[in-house]
Amino acid sequence: MLLLPAAAGLVVFEIWPTFQTIYYSFTSWGAFGGHTWSGLENYRTLIADSDVVHAVINTAIITAITLLAVPISAVVAALLSLPGMRGVTIYRTLYFLPVVTLPAAVALTWKWLFNGDYGLVNWLLSKVGIDGPHWLSDPATAIFAISIVGVWGSIGYNMVIFLSGIRGIPVDYYEAAELDGAGRVKQFFHVTVPLLTPSIFFVTVITVINALQAFDLVYLMVGQQSPAIQRTETLVYLFYQRGFAEHDGGYAAAIGVLLLLATLILTAAQFRLQRRWVHYG
Amino acid sequence: MLVAPFLAAAACSGSSDSGGGDDKQVTLTYAIWDQAQVAAMKQIISEFHSQHPNIDVQVQVTPWESYWTKLQTAVTAGTGPDVFWMTMVYAKYYATGGGIAPLDDQIKSSKMDMGAYVPAVTKAYTIDGKVFGVPKDVNGFGLCYNKQLFDAAKVKYPDESWTWSDVIAAAQKLTNPQKGVYGFVAPEADELSWYLTVPQVGGQIISPDGKSSGYDQPATVKGIQFWTDMITKYHVSPTLQQTTDTDPLAMLTSGKVAMRYCGSWEPEEIAAVPYGKAHIDIAPLPAGPDGNRNYYSNGLANSMSAKTQHREQAWEFLQFLGSERAAEIQAKTGTVIPAYEGHAEAYAKAMPEFDLQVFVDQLKYAQPFPASTDTAAWRDDATKQFAEAWTGKASVDEVSRSVASKMNDALSKEKK
Repeated sequence: MLLLPAAAGLVVFEIWPTFQTIYYSFTSWGAFGGHTWSGLENYRTLIADSDVVHAVINTAIITAITLLAVPISAVVAALLSLPGMRGVTIYRTLYFLPVVTLPAAVALTWKWLFNGDYGLVNWLLSKVGIDGPHWLSDPATAIFAISIVGVWGSIGYNMVIFLSGIRGIPVDYYEAAELDGAGRVKQFFHVTVPLLTPSIFFVTVITVINALQAFDLVYLMVGQQSPAIQRTETLVYLFYQRGFAEHDGGYAAAIGVLLLLATLILTAAQFRLQRRWVHYG
Repeated sequence: MLVAPFLAAAACSGSSDSGGGDDKQVTLTYAIWDQAQVAAMKQIISEFHSQHPNIDVQVQVTPWESYWTKLQTAVTAGTGPDVFWMTMVYAKYYATGGGIAPLDDQIKSSKMDMGAYVPAVTKAYTIDGKVFGVPKDVNGFGLCYNKQLFDAAKVKYPDESWTWSDVIAAAQKLTNPQKGVYGFVAPEADELSWYLTVPQVGGQIISPDGKSSGYDQPATVKGIQFWTDMITKYHVSPTLQQTTDTDPLAMLTSGKVAMRYCGSWEPEEIAAVPYGKAHIDIAPLPAGPDGNRNYYSNGLANSMSAKTQHREQAWEFLQFLGSERAAEIQAKTGTVIPAYEGHAEAYAKAMPEFDLQVFVDQLKYAQPFPASTDTAAWRDDATKQFAEAWTGKASVDEVSRSVASKMNDALSKEKK
């Protein structure tokens, strides 16, 4: 009964639109409302669209790189949990800041940092004699540049979950490990990591789902005019471009369905695999 | 007790200024995209409000990048603005799709003179014989150049005799790699680049009947090649990567490039930078190799949402936006050339530090902006594909043919 308000919201704003999207993917849209049934037409276009292939590859690359945030955040969280660590609150705030910052502000700031001619990143590189590329407009580097921002931005959220996970590990285990002669590094790999696997699993699932929906960084940092767009556009970006900029709502819905299927399959696969490596203490 | 006389007074004042006989207070939303024109728009609104105290107008500024996506979603949902800026690019789409209202009945009953506006603009907003917008402004183009850099390289300032070859020769002399200065900047921005040179060699973006692409014509390729040559052949312009990372206008106003093709809405931005105000001037747009000066000009109109709840009030506001007084206000700020004829001179004198007259003189060569019903379906794609030619990975000829074939596909879908 107490769940009712939340459940109602979920049905109205999440579940119902999902079914609407699936329905719309079989239709063709008029300019200002109105649609007609077009059967599998959108899916036929989808299979032949080379931009969709690019988008799938780009999304996969971004997801893979963003997953790096998981081990990094685990290490950061473990370091912050060390007994006697000073200034934990300051570090925690610093790492968490990107999570509560507007994505537009994040994107704009990083865009300046990555500017090929006047950016801070290339200025620092030039100090050590490296001639940095035009990070965001070079098709070869743009996807890595935005993925790095993605990693940087998701560390804070992951870290908070890991921190509370580490708090839940009884001190006895560490004391026992220390008695057996395990150093800090060994303790991390043989005590912290195994007992943290439920948190790691949760964070991994969330990271993959979020990375599959990457849009804001591509839209704000690269954009349609950039020569790097083909090598950075993600499925959600393509969805936006086709649906909102090019007014092809039905086709955009088909891209949405493709993304939905990819998310379902990847998440289901992770749940199957978890039995092999997640320890529920 | 106190309320009754107040209400009576309000009712009296309401009926005395019988604008349309409707005395209730109404608030209209007016959507625009250019921050630089907000001041002029607010002045127009305040004068309008003093004539029509029962109509309030709220300005809603959305940057160009998200203006159209937001507008379409809002209009479809019925929550859109009552009056908004329209460009030639989207006019047919909104008119045939039922997003904007035809204005013929109102124009007839209030005896509005459509002949007062630049004909090219009125024509672009007359779709299937009906008028869908009150012309607002028209674009002219010119060659912005940095006097300081020209003096330093001892190159003569550009004038009306210049053609493509003069631009190339000057750009070569002005380029100075040691100082990081380029003679010219060739961004990949259709409206500010090849839409200006393609008509000068007789090429076209879209056939006059709007049914087929002109990108596969040799003349069109030649017009585009002018821009890519600047980067890949003569090396007198920053690369596409540089112009993507840094705004080409900022390159001009910071002395990094000596010449850039400019639009008539840009001098205000240039003057906002002290270095730009001091060292930049504007020359006529260089002509094509044979002296041809035709160019594609966009021009805006104010349109009424087909779904507005306040048709009468919106029409009152549209009439004022299309009035001579509104044209005067806009011209004096130097932001745009009003489409209301006879006010270009006020624009030209708005900023004495620049020779704005060149934009006005060019208006007679204006050609209608390339557009079809669903322009966005092929225009964005062209920009995306031409990146390959700008970076030198493929020839303009190859890319153009590929752009043309995708564009023809998109155009054939429109007919269905």
